[in-house]
Amino acid sequence: MQEKPSIDIDRSKGDFHYETDYAYDAGLGLSEKTVNYIADVKEEDDWIRDFRLKALRIFQEKPLPTHWASEDLLSINFDKIRYYLSKGQQPSRTWEEVPDDIKKTFERLGIPEQERKFLAGVEAQFDSEAAYSRMKDNLAKDGVIFVGSTEGLMKHPEIFRKFFGKVIPTGDNKFSALNSAVFSGGSFIYIPPGVKVKQPLQAYFRINAENFGQFERTLIIADEGAEVTYMEGCTAPKFETTTLHSAVVELVALKGAKIQYITVQNWSNNVFNLVTKRGLAEEEAEIRWIDCNIGSRLTMKYPGVILKGRKARGEVLSIALAGDGQHQDTGAKMIHAADETSSNIIAKSISLGTGRSSYRGLVHIPKHLKNCKNNTECDALLINSNSRTDTYPAIDVRGERNSVQHEASVSKVSAEQIFYMQQRGLSEAEAMSLSVNGFINDLVREFPMEYSVELKRLIELEMEGSVG
Amino acid sequence: MHQDTSSAPTTTQVDILSGDTFQKHQASMPSNAWMQAQQAAAWNTFKSLPMPKRTEERWRFAQTVGLSLEGYTLQDKPADAEAILAQSAHLEDYAGRLIFADGHLLAKDAISEELAAQGVLWLSLEEALHSKPELLERYLFSLSTQLGSDKFEALGRAYARAGSILYVPKDVQVKSPFVAYHWASQEGASIFPQTLIIAETTSQVSLVDFYLSASGAPALACGSSHVHAGPGAKVFRKSIQNWSRKTHSFQSDTHTTERDAELYSLAVHLGGEYARFENDVEITGAGSHAKLYSLTVADDKQMFDQRSLQRHQAPNATSDLLYKNALCDTAKTIFSGMICVGKQAQQTDAYQTNRNLLLNPSAEAISLPGLEIEANDVKCSHGSTSGQIDESELFYMLARGIPKPVAQKLLTFGFFEEVIAKVDDPALADNLRLMVEEKFATREH
Repeated sequence: MQEKPSIDIDRSKGDFHYETDYAYDAGLGLSEKTVNYIADVKEEDDWIRDFRLKALRIFQEKPLPTHWASEDLLSINFDKIRYYLSKGQQPSRTWEEVPDDIKKTFERLGIPEQERKFLAGVEAQFDSEAAYSRMKDNLAKDGVIFVGSTEGLMKHPEIFRKFFGKVIPTGDNKFSALNSAVFSGGSFIYIPPGVKVKQPLQAYFRINAENFGQFERTLIIADEGAEVTYMEGCTAPKFETTTLHSAVVELVALKGAKIQYITVQNWSNNVFNLVTKRGLAEEEAEIRWIDCNIGSRLTMKYPGVILKGRKARGEVLSIALAGDGQHQDTGAKMIHAADETSSNIIAKSISLGTGRSSYRGLVHIPKHLKNCKNNTECDALLINSNSRTDTYPAIDVRGERNSVQHEASVSKVSAEQIFYMQQRGLSEAEAMSLSVNGFINDLVREFPMEYSVELKRLIELEMEGSVG
Repeated sequence: MHQDTSSAPTTTQVDILSGDTFQKHQASMPSNAWMQAQQAAAWNTFKSLPMPKRTEERWRFAQTVGLSLEGYTLQDKPADAEAILAQSAHLEDYAGRLIFADGHLLAKDAISEELAAQGVLWLSLEEALHSKPELLERYLFSLSTQLGSDKFEALGRAYARAGSILYVPKDVQVKSPFVAYHWASQEGASIFPQTLIIAETTSQVSLVDFYLSASGAPALACGSSHVHAGPGAKVFRKSIQNWSRKTHSFQSDTHTTERDAELYSLAVHLGGEYARFENDVEITGAGSHAKLYSLTVADDKQMFDQRSLQRHQAPNATSDLLYKNALCDTAKTIFSGMICVGKQAQQTDAYQTNRNLLLNPSAEAISLPGLEIEANDVKCSHGSTSGQIDESELFYMLARGIPKPVAQKLLTFGFFEEVIAKVDDPALADNLRLMVEEKFATREH
């Protein structure tokens, strides 16, 4: 059996970088000085500065969660990371204004074409700050706000301050505290009542500098009856040293609102991707996380939904592909906090070569609740004999007429299926690829067309040469 | 039946946490250098380890705050020995029986001459220290559960005296079960039951451990059991726990299966205020087969904490776990199970099922079913459900004129029956049904 699958073909798409002169650089390491530097550069109000400094103290006090998480976290050297880098410009509203070198980067990644094709708005973040941000005019007329984190807090505090840091408190975990101390960039989005944004909004995150940590902060508020779909993609070039990405994403769906959040994560495989994502769903609201993790060295990401209002609905659909040397530690959290709430989790993972994929989940239904439902399915596929998979769900149920079911399975591609396809003239690799695509097909269909086609192709490429 | 009338050394009212108590206990044990060293080491381990905290992964969701080992003592033989002996009658047909109360041997029914001639050994731990020390040195305390109760297991080993040792030689098949009773009787008693079963190549044997209270007094139990199933051997161990409602118990069971061995483990949990049960199966032989069943009926403020580990270290083996919990009142159960399949354990089939029946809105069922798979050619799955009695099943019965309380009771007993039906001994199965019904009957008044 060929032990090393040729898994790097597609990553070459993001594997390039340009020498860039940064106007603002917070330097290496993290201290109050770094945090003050960021607050100064961004000319932030005192309350934001205080919020950052308090978060820094929490970050420093909290230990790394290695009692349950991967020991690999110990290899992050927080003193060797640069926490803020930017060219200092305000995000450009027209493509022509974007500095040439940054434009080159995003053009290679196909951002402007995508925008013309099917996006309602796009923001492209280059290291710490958004380089380009544009939204279709009619949305602005409807009152939709789509801005960066600092801009959102400074210009629209009446909208964003109320929920900022409320869905994910600073002290939630060590990395949410880190993000709260040094966040910059990201998207703050507000959809007014009843506005249904038909085309998706998109953000693109790009790490371009070595030893750099990206800490974007996203807050999406869908007011009563509003609907929005948001997509994010991420890439980074392959540096010799490791890079850190630690985002905090908060979603708030008010009464009857719907938010769909789609991530296709394809960081190069020396990025630590430690992300906290959580949504708050009020009465009859719906939050869906559609999450696909292909890149990074170690991803730890457990999107969650707090089902706060009656009949709220939460869903997590997750695909993880762990190639050689990668650990995809993903999962979902469903916190039921009102009657008749329902949640659904479907997670599929594929481990390839020495890759390891883990599912970690939490379903919580406290005692005063009635008629809540949860369904969880996790399926893992192991390709090579040295691949690994783990499942660690935690289910806590009380209350009346609540029902929870959890199922997980681990399997390999069936030898009969491969034989059958080879009989009909497919090569073993083609058969394998087809079989794996079949395994995740029902989830891939949930992604927008452009992404699902891309995903299928990506998986075909990743699978190439993985059997022999 | 031979009643043991030898006077045990006096250890009246001595706190188990004091070094003096341990010294006295050691002095009173049969002089065996290996055992002395083992118990001294276990005592040191016990002393050096901290009490568990719920922030530890292996104690996640557990109520560790109220856990205390203060106030428990080593006791003399209880005065009500006769009554206890009379109550030790759940099974009439047995190959051998041992009855312990508060850590002292009360009576022993030896095996038939026929079995003795075949080489079967049925000994109390103290007897085995005199007559078969080499057997103990090889197997006793050879494995720990790795599930978190190190401190309690060490305490149990340090004070181990009451215990049954069962050895079945190659090809010997014993039809009737062996039975051991471990009673807690006096106020504040601490007992440390040990069970060791060694089944040699292609032998067959079964053993039932009863863990019971003779009074409603508070007690502490720290017990261990180890089953060694040799190549092709078939072992069925059952344990029935019905402690008093003021008992805290920590039971750590380990199992090793060699090539083609068949292992069945069935545990019933009814009593105790806090009862933790750790069950660890180490599959070391190819083609072996392990089935683990557990049935728990929890009511009032009872707290049952069950952790299991299915460790597949050899190929072509299967393991299957079924843990069912029924919860009333404000009871709480934790099921934390893990299937670990090592790289070398290809063609493993491993399953894990946890079913929780919530009969009261305030009861809490926690389920942590886990998988860690490092081999690729395996079939592993787990399923966990928590819910109430199925409304449509209830409706069906109501539609046929069955009153609601009766219908609920029938459906609840139906839920238990799946596990009880696995008991191969009809007399024991009936006894279990009776015990479960009794627990429900006392609730109705």
